[in-house]
Amino acid sequence: MTPLLPVIVPFGAAAISLALGRRHALRRSLGVLALVANLVASVLLLQEVRDGSVVTVVVGDWPAPIGISVVVDLFSAIMLSVASLMLLAVFVYAIGSSRTDDTTLFFHPVYLLLASGVSASFVTGDLFNLFVAFEMTLVCSYVLITLGGSKPQVRHGTTYVVISLLASTLFVTAVGLVYAATGTVNMADLAVKLQAIDPALREALSVLFLVVFGIKAAIFPLFFWLPDSYPTAAAPVTAIFAGLLTKVGVYAIVRSQTLLFSQDTHSTLLLATAALTMTVGVLGAIAQDDVKRILSFHIVSQIGYMIFGLGLFTVAGLAATVFYVVHHILIKTTLFMVGGLIEERTGTAALRRLGGMLHTSPFLAALFLIPALSLAGVPPLSGFVAKLTLIQSGLEVGAYMTVSVALFVSILTLFSMTKIWAGVFWGAPEAPPPMPEGLESSRPRFPPLMVGSTAALVAASLLFVVAAAPLYQLGQRAAEFLFEPAQYVEAVLGP
Amino acid sequence: MIDRSLILQMTADVIIRTAAVFALFLLFRGHNAPGGGFVAGLVVVSGLVIRLVASGRVRARQSLPAPPATIMGLGLALALATGIAGWVWGDAFLEAAKVTLDVPLLGEMHMTSALLFDIGVFMVVIGVGTALVLALAETENGP
Repeated sequence: MTPLLPVIVPFGAAAISLALGRRHALRRSLGVLALVANLVASVLLLQEVRDGSVVTVVVGDWPAPIGISVVVDLFSAIMLSVASLMLLAVFVYAIGSSRTDDTTLFFHPVYLLLASGVSASFVTGDLFNLFVAFEMTLVCSYVLITLGGSKPQVRHGTTYVVISLLASTLFVTAVGLVYAATGTVNMADLAVKLQAIDPALREALSVLFLVVFGIKAAIFPLFFWLPDSYPTAAAPVTAIFAGLLTKVGVYAIVRSQTLLFSQDTHSTLLLATAALTMTVGVLGAIAQDDVKRILSFHIVSQIGYMIFGLGLFTVAGLAATVFYVVHHILIKTTLFMVGGLIEERTGTAALRRLGGMLHTSPFLAALFLIPALSLAGVPPLSGFVAKLTLIQSGLEVGAYMTVSVALFVSILTLFSMTKIWAGVFWGAPEAPPPMPEGLESSRPRFPPLMVGSTAALVAASLLFVVAAAPLYQLGQRAAEFLFEPAQYVEAVLGP
Repeated sequence: MIDRSLILQMTADVIIRTAAVFALFLLFRGHNAPGGGFVAGLVVVSGLVIRLVASGRVRARQSLPAPPATIMGLGLALALATGIAGWVWGDAFLEAAKVTLDVPLLGEMHMTSALLFDIGVFMVVIGVGTALVLALAETENGP
């Protein structure tokens, strides 16, 4: 199984989808087919590397440090698999949604290119190519975030574009500096050559990359763009952004800190950032009164937990981070999909204009409740397992400060979830507001495709709990491998 | 009716044809000398801008052989197919191949599979460029 398939398949589908023009039925089936193939390819890759081996190819048949290396280790494969599952579910959801115009000319191709870019960032073993993959996802996200072309979308989209361009400029500068210092951009080669350069310079580069990926991952204090721009996009777009894009940043942080800069650990810096990210994110969430804005602030807060696991620099901590990322991608995407369903049903996501949906749509309430409680970490859901492993590994190292912050933030998370619960589902049903013109008669109030894909992800999150032990072991093996950069180097460059 | 320059309308054809030939020149010399699919595509798009200024949006759109999105899609597909071909007939994705052709009139020519990739880029740039130009022209009032 070649590690390039998850990149090539959606890319090819995007090309064909563009050429198909306005043949919507064909384009939809093509997209679903491509994303199913993407999922199958990713899972097969995961199967191949689950014993801790590495799949690597070099593009263009050049020898390793010269050609572009494509490397899939267990961590990449885990990320690929969960990402491709989300991409498929959200695509089906988008087809069902009446508020996202999936019949616009560019939605399908751009979405598929985004899928290709996300896969590319997980499989690349080349720093400059990582930049290219980031740009691919970013350019697609610029289109998707402003797809409706409404005034708030363009206004908040502009913030997003400007911040992302700034991050990209910093990134390409950092890659240039690395190349100037070492003469290579191949990550395995860098892992060796960065050890030989001046420690002070290496330290500076390490922090520069942390800032670049930190903007992408929305860690404190670089998160401010996220809660502003995400909620204005269409529901499926927000769902996939929330699930994947910041996590690509987290992936890049983990990869760069464990592979490239493995000798100097910024444990204190990362732990402090993690604590601040958790706290500020959740406080922001409490202050909001819109479902999508609350959930957006929670993305920031949750990123803190992932950085916390990395900041411990132990196998247990990193394993918890891997586990947490997977749990988070699944839960966060689902929650945004439920948010979209609420909006689809009522025409608004503002808490004060909602109420009583427990009576009008009890099934939706159940779909919300499970991931919401999981996000807060209520046993026995996946969030509980994720947080438990994280906190245990924190206690092992004695990071009591961050552990107590994490626990306190969990309570606040639960509080803000109950805020949504009370605002949306409890109380007397509001008189249903008039549906936007042209939508009221033709469409069912709960498009089956939207509900179906959301319910499938909720079911997946429950399965995740059942399979928690083997999945955690998988995460642990991935973490063990991440702490052995020599193995990665050997796999790419040869012994 | 917007007042359009008669002189420009008359000379537009000549300018655009010259631009097209120049674009092809850039495209084919791109492998070993400055040039390539990207600039060549931009030159073609600048030809379209001349058409747009000279005769308006409707004529400019009609002068395209296919909708911009289709051109983009086919270009992307061609570039990807070049990569996959290297994988099917060679050893790795994007592996390059080269042949020497004896073309009448032009003599011996070195062709590489990278040229096909470049033609893909050329088409993508034309597609994106024309889509942008036409979208900007939408806001213009009148034909």
